[in-house]
Amino acid sequence: MSATTAATPTATPTAIAAPSAWKRATRSGGLMIGLVIAAVMVIIAIAAPWLAPYDPNEQNVLLKLEPPSADHWFGTDAFGRDVLSRVIYGARISLFVGAFATLAGVLVGTVIGVVSGYLGGMVDRIVTAATDVLLSFPQLIMGLILVAVLGANMFNLILAIAITAVPAFIRVARASTLAMKERDFVDACRALGFGGPRIMFLHVLPNIMDEVVVMGSLWFAAAIRTESTLAFIGLGVPPPTATWGGIIRDGFDNLLDASWLSIFPSLAILAIMIALNLIGDGLRDATDPRAPQ
Amino acid sequence: MNVAAAARAGAAEASAAAPLVVEGLTTSIRIDRRWFDAVRDVSFAVQQRETLALVGESGCGKSLTALSVMGLLPAGVGRISAGRITVDGVDMTAASEASAQAMRGDRIGMIFQEPMTSLNPVLTVGFQIAESLIEHHGMSGRQARQRALELMELVRIPAAAQRIDAYAHQFSGGMRQRVMIAIALACAPKVLIADEPTTALDVTIQAQVLALLADLQQREGLAVLLITHNLGVVASVADRVIVMYGGDVVESADVDAFFARPTHPYSEALLAAMPRVDRSAAALAPIPGQVPTLPELPAGCRFQSRCPLRVDRCAERPPLMALAGSPGHSVRCWVRAP
Repeated sequence: MSATTAATPTATPTAIAAPSAWKRATRSGGLMIGLVIAAVMVIIAIAAPWLAPYDPNEQNVLLKLEPPSADHWFGTDAFGRDVLSRVIYGARISLFVGAFATLAGVLVGTVIGVVSGYLGGMVDRIVTAATDVLLSFPQLIMGLILVAVLGANMFNLILAIAITAVPAFIRVARASTLAMKERDFVDACRALGFGGPRIMFLHVLPNIMDEVVVMGSLWFAAAIRTESTLAFIGLGVPPPTATWGGIIRDGFDNLLDASWLSIFPSLAILAIMIALNLIGDGLRDATDPRAPQ
Repeated sequence: MNVAAAARAGAAEASAAAPLVVEGLTTSIRIDRRWFDAVRDVSFAVQQRETLALVGESGCGKSLTALSVMGLLPAGVGRISAGRITVDGVDMTAASEASAQAMRGDRIGMIFQEPMTSLNPVLTVGFQIAESLIEHHGMSGRQARQRALELMELVRIPAAAQRIDAYAHQFSGGMRQRVMIAIALACAPKVLIADEPTTALDVTIQAQVLALLADLQQREGLAVLLITHNLGVVASVADRVIVMYGGDVVESADVDAFFARPTHPYSEALLAAMPRVDRSAAALAPIPGQVPTLPELPAGCRFQSRCPLRVDRCAERPPLMALAGSPGHSVRCWVRAP
């Protein structure tokens, strides 16, 4: 390092830097809008205790099914609970479950996919067959079966949604690894006597991360959707904990005379879906070499 | 076979101390569930500071020979079916995969044809040079980085200190090939295999890279196995030449003898097909036909179908390597060296 600092930068290498992926990504508005919405959601979720005007579980029979007002912006539900506070707290569950389920799915799926693609042979055939079987279940049905078997609590919910995500990431990581494996630098690594683990996780993995991350942002949205749907059909985090899907379900009984109960949490889900899909599309455009630069 | 065996034994004796010795190497590859000898009974030795050029057109077995030496034949598709390869005293053909792996990148280095794609695009060049030092010599990250900087200076990359953290796409083709050379030489190997090292570079850069290689070879005492189809490159850097055709060595000679008196009809044809500044382009003589695929290779001499000198005997029995005039110059041809 001392040599680096000692050398005077008189002849700086004249590398004309191509616009970085970040610059290209932020040039399109979609990604920025998505990031802003997602960031706001995350802040709301983290700051829920300070932002929520009321305790989300505090019941008040005198104030049940109140329409939106200055005191209760999103109205109140059948138990007189403040819907705004419940939607704010619901963001915690949805984002937490979605984030950890996606993270777990990405980690497990990507590792299995890279190993399977790199090793090939019998390992790859078994993994591919298992992946095909798992992918043939619709995500929701699979999540439903798993939660029904395991029992509805937050850990099992994360586990179930993660398991539904794993085969998709196996497939993406495996396909990208197969393409990467044919590249000359992987041969060069083998000629340098590097072992499988080093090549797989130090050389191949960073090169496929862009695709995994794009997929991850789209699956984050899918995970939140699955969580909400499971909550809606009564297989989410058990009540009285506020979850978006659960609030919609609570409001469903009074949909005709108190539509705000279901509309506001639905809008919250819609906003995070749009945000995550904008992020996913923006990242894909930014990392796709075929995209116009 | 006795002659070949004797020649092999002789070669082994003469080259006991050579960093790279290949004796009777036969490499088979599988096509449609059948195994074909794609490299047949190849023997050579490369001494310290010596450059041996393996020459031939695509599919002649020269790259397969290199892969055999590296122990990198694709499993299930290629295998060494006979012969022995000794690198720095270690028998690579008898070595376990783990010890072969330990040899690669440490005692035997390799540089590739495509410097554009042989570097990892998402890792810094400094890290990639340092990596094999960490892997093979157990250096700490800081030590290895310091050594990587020295290596970048050794291969004359300007402003090395500032470029150690740059990525491959920030380098030109020639500079990337210098990085590849630095990577290959990081662990101070005894043997360097250069597979078409300059084919992807333009001519002036080619000359610079070859000069650098020759200089480093003398300084580090490297045995270089140069694989190329470019006879111009051979003439400028090689000490000895082995011409391969259809998996056979057809001619083996010192570089001066080879260019003065190419003896095998295939060598003659190769030289006649090479453009030269002192002859008009119209005088280029292409070799008629193409290399037969492995299943189509004829019995007897493998070059017979394209050979202008063919006689009946060529189809009957494969010719043996025989001396042709000067010592160290041998040819596989019934007509030229019966």
